[in-house]
Amino acid sequence: MTDYDELGPGAADLVRPYVITKGRGLPDEKQLSLITLVTAAGDEQQRPTSLSPEEQNLLELCTAGYLSVAEIAGHTRLPMGVVKILLSALTERGYLITRPPVQRAPLTDRHILEEVLDGLRAKFG
Amino acid sequence: MGSAPSLDEQAYVRAGATQTAVKILVVGHFAVGKTTFIRAISEIPPLSTEETMTRAGELFDDLKGVRGKTTTTVAMDFGRLTISERVVLYLFGTPGQQRFVQMWEDMARGALGALVLVDPERLADSFGVIDLIEQYGLDYAIAVNRFDGTRDREERALREALDLLDDTPVVPVDARDQRSSADALITLVRYLLDRAH
Repeated sequence: MTDYDELGPGAADLVRPYVITKGRGLPDEKQLSLITLVTAAGDEQQRPTSLSPEEQNLLELCTAGYLSVAEIAGHTRLPMGVVKILLSALTERGYLITRPPVQRAPLTDRHILEEVLDGLRAKFG
Repeated sequence: MGSAPSLDEQAYVRAGATQTAVKILVVGHFAVGKTTFIRAISEIPPLSTEETMTRAGELFDDLKGVRGKTTTTVAMDFGRLTISERVVLYLFGTPGQQRFVQMWEDMARGALGALVLVDPERLADSFGVIDLIEQYGLDYAIAVNRFDGTRDREERALREALDLLDDTPVVPVDARDQRSSADALITLVRYLLDRAH
């Protein structure tokens, strides 16, 4: 077992990241967390051709269902920061729907923890 | 990336479970068994992300070098478990390295808690990780790989070495074993629930 898998050079290495992000900087951190769930919005046919190949690919990846921001970065092998920038730009333009994690609060925490505990016991107990 | 990776249906979060996404951190020093643990629990093959930056500007400067120069570092592994019709749980694993500041902040923010994997033969290697977890204010349990939990003396020595609070759970774990890994996770969640009351 290794913590650092030997990954081959991804396509991300071939283009400087600011080219992929069209010079955009990091989005507001509150907008997208690692576990914000993302899916494509609306009709594929209505997508403009003005999207970059990377944006097209991200939209395509998100068409079949929900994935977390972290999973999208993992599947595309793009750096997390680049993925966040691209996803938030796509969201701003209405191509993606995002579902942020629930805000932490004592009461919701208890309910969620109880549900997680019950779920783990049901699966593995 | 040339084209979007095509994923099968199982790769996506089950429709109902998109209501509530939560995360738990699985942390520990290099090669302590984090990825093995996550693989034992996860319903998807563990994924990893590459992290190169703490600020956007640094990334661009770093990549000015010639092509082929390795600037990305695999910073974390993670897996997923659908808990119920409503809740999906993500497990994020990473070594305790201060240099991934942005990533640690991303990981720690909103996490339910952390499971710290430790190797009893290399206790000192766990100090940095536990410091980070405490720094981010996360509640945690200790899961000890290759540990005979029946020996009280060993547990006392370990608690002392790691300077643990009396109520911090310490459980033995075999990260290769799904049941054992699940038990460690259940111990953590039960502890988090106690703390939440």
